[in-house]
This record gives sequence, C-alpha cells and structure tokens, in this order.
Amino acid sequence: MHKLGLALATLSLMGWSMSAVAQDDERFITLASTTSTEQSGLFDAILPQFTEATDIEVRVVAVGTGQAFEIARRGDADSLLVHDTAGEERFVAEGYATERANVMYNDFVVIGPGDDPAGIGDAETVEDAFSRIAEAAAPFASRGDDSGTNRAERRLWEAAGVEPGGEWYRELGSGMGPTLNTAAGMDAYVMADRATWVAFDNRQNLEILFEGDEALFNQYGSLLLSEERHPHLEHDLAQQWHEWLLSEDGQQAIADFELKGQQLFFPNAK
Amino acid sequence: MTASDNAFSTALALILGLDDTLLGIVSLSLQVSLTAVLLAALVALPLGAALALWRFPGRSAIIVVLNAFMGLPPVVAGLTVYLLLSRAGPLGQFGLLFTPSAMVVAQVLLILPIIAALTRQQVEELHGEYREQLQSLGVSRLRRIPTLLWDARFGLLTVILAGFGRASAEVGAVMIVGGNIDGVTRVMTTAIVLETSKGNLPLALGLGLVLLALVTLINAGAYLVGETARRRLG
Amino acid sequence: MNDMSHQVPTVATLHFEGASVVHRGQVLLRPLTLSLSDERCTLVMGPNGAGKSLLLRLAHGLLTPSAGRVHWQGGAPRQAMVFQRPVLLKRSALDNLTYALAVNGTPWQSRKNLARKALEHFGLAHLEKRPARVLSGGEQQRLALARAWLLDPEVLFLDEPTAALDPASIRAVEEAVRDFHRRGTRIVMTTHDLHQARRLADDVVLLHEGSLVEHSAAATFFTTPSSPTARAFIEGELVW
Repeated sequence: MHKLGLALATLSLMGWSMSAVAQDDERFITLASTTSTEQSGLFDAILPQFTEATDIEVRVVAVGTGQAFEIARRGDADSLLVHDTAGEERFVAEGYATERANVMYNDFVVIGPGDDPAGIGDAETVEDAFSRIAEAAAPFASRGDDSGTNRAERRLWEAAGVEPGGEWYRELGSGMGPTLNTAAGMDAYVMADRATWVAFDNRQNLEILFEGDEALFNQYGSLLLSEERHPHLEHDLAQQWHEWLLSEDGQQAIADFELKGQQLFFPNAK
Repeated sequence: MTASDNAFSTALALILGLDDTLLGIVSLSLQVSLTAVLLAALVALPLGAALALWRFPGRSAIIVVLNAFMGLPPVVAGLTVYLLLSRAGPLGQFGLLFTPSAMVVAQVLLILPIIAALTRQQVEELHGEYREQLQSLGVSRLRRIPTLLWDARFGLLTVILAGFGRASAEVGAVMIVGGNIDGVTRVMTTAIVLETSKGNLPLALGLGLVLLALVTLINAGAYLVGETARRRLG
Repeated sequence: MNDMSHQVPTVATLHFEGASVVHRGQVLLRPLTLSLSDERCTLVMGPNGAGKSLLLRLAHGLLTPSAGRVHWQGGAPRQAMVFQRPVLLKRSALDNLTYALAVNGTPWQSRKNLARKALEHFGLAHLEKRPARVLSGGEQQRLALARAWLLDPEVLFLDEPTAALDPASIRAVEEAVRDFHRRGTRIVMTTHDLHQARRLADDVVLLHEGSLVEHSAAATFFTTPSSPTARAFIEGELVW
C-alpha cells in the first residue's frame, strides 16, 4: 500500500515540476535593459504601474548595454532600454531599431577610498580627476565589459588624454555590482552610475570623491525595434511600453522613484 | 560588520518569514532542476546501461567524451543553448529563450553526461557479477538494461542526486539562457548573484544557506530512503 | 541414483571435440574429447584448478572454446545452471523466480502461481517476500535450485553447489538434485567431495591439471580405477 502512495507522491512531484515549463499565455514583452535600472529598484517601482494601466507584463533581462544590444540584434527581446546614446544611434542607423527617444538621465560619479590617495576631490573637471589617478598610478577598477558605463569611462580616458593600462588599471570584465565589490575590496577608484551606487550596500571605505561635471551626464534611451528585421516580436505591446515611458504617467512614475531618500533618475523625454 | 554574521540570521528570517518572493524562487529552482534531472535520467540511464552492455567500435570514444563532458563549464553549456534557442538560432521559432524551459534544456545538457557516465560504471560493475547467471537464463541484452538498472537502483539514486546537485547549484548556464527575470526565471543561484552584485552580501549568503539547507534536506531524504531499502534488501 | 534406470526420453548427447581453453597464453584446459550421453548423473571431479568449472561453462555455452568445439548432437536441450555462489537479483525471493519465468516467456498470469509452487517444493514458501540477498547461504542455494526447477531443464549443470554450505543444507541440495533426476533431468555436476560423488554419481569424469584423466561408470571408478592419478585421488593422496 505504501508503495502506491510513494508512486503517487513521485508522480505528483513530477507533474508539479513539469508545470514550470508549460507555456503561459499572459501578454508580456521581454525588455533588455541595464543592470543599473534593475538593481536600483526602478523597475520594481514603475513596472506595476505600467502593467496596471495596460495589462502587459514586462520581463526584464538585465545585462550590460553591449549584451543588451546583442540580445536585441538576435531578436530575443521585444524592447530595449539602455544608456549609450552613440551606440543607440548606431543601432538605429544599422536598421535594427526604427526609433530612439530620450527617457531619463542620471549621472556617473567617481568613487574611491576615503583617504583619496590621488587627490581627485578638488579636481576641476572629470578629465583632470582621471589624469590625477593615472599620474598617481592609483588602483582603478574598470568594468571592462563593454557596458554603457564602460563605454562612457573609456570616452573619459580618451578626453583626459590617457591611455589607461599597466598594473594600476584593472579591467574586471564584470557588471557594476561585482566591480564595486572588487573596488571596495582593493581600495580602488571606480566610476559608477549613481543609481547603482546608492543602492549598493557593501561600500567599506568607498565614497563619492568627484561628481557634478557635465561630462558625467548619463542618458537613458528607449528603442523601438525594427518590425522588418524581426517580425515575430511583440511590436504592438512594445510600442505601448515605449509610449508609456515617454508619456506624462511614465515620466511621473520615474520622477517619483526614490531610494534612501534620493531621486535617482530624472525624466527628460521631450 | 562582516557578511557572515548577518547571513545566518538573514537566512533564518528568510525561512521563517516564508516570504512569497522567496517561495517563488525556491519552488522554481526545484521545478527546473527536478524536471532537468527527470529528463536527463530518462535518457542517460538506458544510455549508460547500453554502453556498459554493448561492445562496438567507437564505444571508448563515446565514454571518453562523456567523461570529459562531466566537466563541461556551465557557461559554455549556457552559451550553446543560448545560441540554439535564440531567435536567430536553429531552434529560435519555439521562442524558448528566457523561459524556464530554456533553463531545463541547459541543465539537462550539464547533467546528462554525469548520469550516463556514472550509470555506465555502476551497471558495468553489477553486470560483472550477474553476467553468467543472466546468460544462463538466456536474458537478451536489451532485456538486461531494465534488469540491471533496477538492481543497481540504490547506487543510481546517488548518481541522480549528484546530477540534481550540479543542476541546482549551477548559475552560469541558467543566468545566460534564463535571463534572471524577476518572477519568471529567477532561481536561487541567480538571485544570489544578483544580491551579491547589489552588495547585499548578508542576503546573498542567506539565500545561499537556504539553498544549501534545501539540497541537504533532499539528500538526507534520499539517503534515508536508500539506506533503509538497502538494509532491507541486502 | 544408480537405481534410476527406468525409461525416460533420451537427451541429446554432448560432444567435446578437442575443446581447449587458453587465456592470455596460459592453457587452462587442454584439448578435451569427451561425450556425455544417456540419462545419467555425471559428476565431474578433480582438485582445485583441474578445469572442472571450465568444462561446465563450455558445456552450458557460457564459454566458447579457444580451439575445438562443443556441440549437442540433435540440438541443444533446455538447460539451467546453479553456481557455487548463487547469483540472485536484488529483489524478493518470489520476484527472483517470476523474473526467470518472465524471461522464458511464461504468461504473466501464471507466473506467481508457478513460482509459489516451486518455493513450496523447496521449503521456502515462508520466505517468499524476503529479499533474496539476505537469505542464508543454504536458503539462497535452494532458491537458485527452485529457479532452475521452474525452467524445467532437460539438463542441469551444478558448479560445486554445496562447497560453501553446512551439512543440513548440503543434504537439502543433494535431495533437490535427486528430485531433478527423478523428473528426468540429466545432471552434470562438479564437486571435490568424494562422499558426495559416491552418493550421487552414475558416472565420473576426473580432471587433473587441465587434462581428462578418466571417464568411467561410478561403480568402476570407485572400485577399479584405471589410472594411477585416479587411484591417488580416491585414496585422498592428491593435494588439493
């Protein structure tokens, strides 16, 4: 008798397990986006409002901007929200997206150990700050993963006229969070977006040492993907998402999002 | 403050709190890994037994490949499945990428070689003992497969648990093919990675402890069942 | 068993024609020529390493000879074999028997009934649900005999079936062998126990160091053996 019970229990366990792979027929889009938007909690705050308004679920795959482009290029995401304006414009020019729009911005900050060995605290510009780090050969943790932040950082080194390399310049090939963890562990300088930094808990000696330069401006854009390239995508739903982000409701939702008492993203759709 | 101080209390709070999100993550982890183990075992057990019973040209090559694939890096498995299931890939039209199904496929790829290779070893050993008797009874080779699998069942339970352990502990593959989507493809391990990258180390370690507790529980249960049966059946 | 000469259908004759076994360059059984015919109980004897088990395995078809051949004149009969250490499946006593019936194609409806009858016949009925592997050595050997019984063999091979058993179990096994014989099953059995051979044998095959020494009727073998080796063996002078 207990053999039968065991068999029944096994069968129901198997059934329960298999149920996870059953396709659901909810209306949803897959959004490829960046780790900063996901990890700061922005999506947790605004997605429920969008879903309530439209009955569309948004499934976020949070990766580096480079990988997000790749996912969209292969047709594996319905929509794209990233922060690399130059790359986004190229994406449109290549025909993968039909439209790009500013959604919001925040800024990058330069973070380092509290005692600031390179003395960037009183630098005039971010280029100046970067030059001082290079001169002092102070450890600098770079994401090195072709993300939006990484691309912005490389542009700043170029502007500072420094070819970063050598023992002090450490390319980690990781996301923003792991890079911050590593920087905290080795008292290195690091550039991060403000949203991830504010949401980050394992700071140890790290603090913001330089901020406020216009060059540190970090623009997020939403892209409408090409129907021609990937006809199978949920273009109608993605369009609704795109339009909601730019709408008054969407912009207000972004402005309302706060973490630890700080507004992290500033809506700027035209 | 160190992370480990808080991890235990965090883990305890997580378990006792029976948080809905956590429950969702835990049950998805179990569902995905159990399904993967089930599918992998359905193929790998007979495959391993067949490899133990038949001698044919290329057999050694298959065994070497299986053994090598036991060490397949999860990221490579994940990337392979990603390229297969991507819309631009050969199986793209099914739209499986970033779903639990994709994670199951990746985990099957990871554990099938383990179960098959270890099954071959165990069945070959048992067959050494049974060969003359089975031959005397006139049991065909095809028929020997279920016979030996059944008689090796306690050893194979451990093999399957090893597969389950690898499936539930791995992160590289499910991260790539699942996308760590909140509420859809977020499992224990990808949640741990996420919390680590947020710098929330106590929560990350707490989740790790929950995972460990879960795997321990399953192993203890299986061990208990196996030992009782082994003692009863000799 | 010498009294078992009543009429029964004759069994095919087994011929060894220069059959030898060589393993990794070592000659384990020298070319053997021997015929086993008639309704008999043949005891294969000899010290350890004489090649008794090899002869049995060749006869049963578990081994193919390295040279020469082994064949049944008139087609191979139904056979079964009982090993020195019984190989039982990790299942209940009953399931071990129904498994053998399933393999030989007995319809499933009648398997349990037949198996239970066999268990009863060998005094194992009360152990039906016990896992075969936890039975005592004697019980295991009786279960192996019950399994062979179910297959209703025309020829039964037994490889030192009592070597590891206590006297009571030995008696039970010998009684079972007589049962088989009474049913008309031809017996080919190895032993190195002279007393057992005297009790059971119709004819005796004596092997020594991989060679056939003598094959003669039991009465002749035990009273007037023709070779000095056989004499030495009977007088217990051969070192085992």
